[in-house]
Amino acid sequence: MIHVQYFARYRETLGVDSERLAWEEGFARLDDLRRHLLARGGDWAVLGERNLMCARNQELCGLDEPLADGDEVAFFPTVTGG
Amino acid sequence: MGIRVQVGTFEPGRELDALHAANAGVGAVVGFVGYVRDFNEGREVGGMFLEHYPGMTEKALAKIADEAARRWPLLRVEVLHRIGRLEPGEPIVFVGTASAHRQAAFDACAFIMDYLKIRAPFWKKEDTGEGPRWVEGRDSDQEAARRW
Repeated sequence: MIHVQYFARYRETLGVDSERLAWEEGFARLDDLRRHLLARGGDWAVLGERNLMCARNQELCGLDEPLADGDEVAFFPTVTGG
Repeated sequence: MGIRVQVGTFEPGRELDALHAANAGVGAVVGFVGYVRDFNEGREVGGMFLEHYPGMTEKALAKIADEAARRWPLLRVEVLHRIGRLEPGEPIVFVGTASAHRQAAFDACAFIMDYLKIRAPFWKKEDTGEGPRWVEGRDSDQEAARRW
C-alpha cells in the first residue's frame, strides 16, 4: 500500500487530498508512481508541472527516489511559506 | 531549539527577549519577523490562508534549524510559523538565533529563513479583489538559498 497526499493547488485541482494505492512492483521509483497517476489523464496533468515538488515519508526528495511498500508520498507545488 | 507551528499570533518582542533570558553567555540575538502585506504582485491582498503538511512541517523546520546549529556556534534557535487564516499586518513567521557573537547569529538567521522559503511545506493562498489565488514560488528564493 502507498499513501499518496496532495497539497495546496494540486489538492484543489485534483479534488482529492489523499488516497491509498495498492503496491505495484512497477513503483520502483517515485517517478513511476507519478507517471501512473499522470496516465489517469485530465486534471492529473498537473503532476507534470515543471515546479512539482515531492516528499517520501515526510522528507523532500527527487523523482528518482526509490519507493517501498508502505511509504507515504506527497506531491505539491513549490512551497511558499515565510 | 524550539520549533512551533501554530494558528495563534505571537509577540515578536517577547520572542526576541526570550532568546536572551536565562543565558548570560548570549552576546548576540538576531530575530527575523515576516508579516502579511496588503499588496502582492500587482493586487491588493485582503488576507490569506496558510496551508501546511502536518507532520512534515515540524520535521522540515527542525532539520533546517539543526543544520544551522551544525554550521554556526548557536546557543539558541527558535522557529515559529503560523498556519490558517491571516490578516494583513499580522506576523507570519519568527526566526531567532542567539550566539556569543553577532556574525553567527546574523548568518544563521538568514540561512534558516532562506531554507525555510524553499524547503518547508507551507503554501499561501491570498484573497485578492479578483478572488483567491495561490502564491507561486519565486526563482529568487531558490537563488537566495544557493549562497549557503
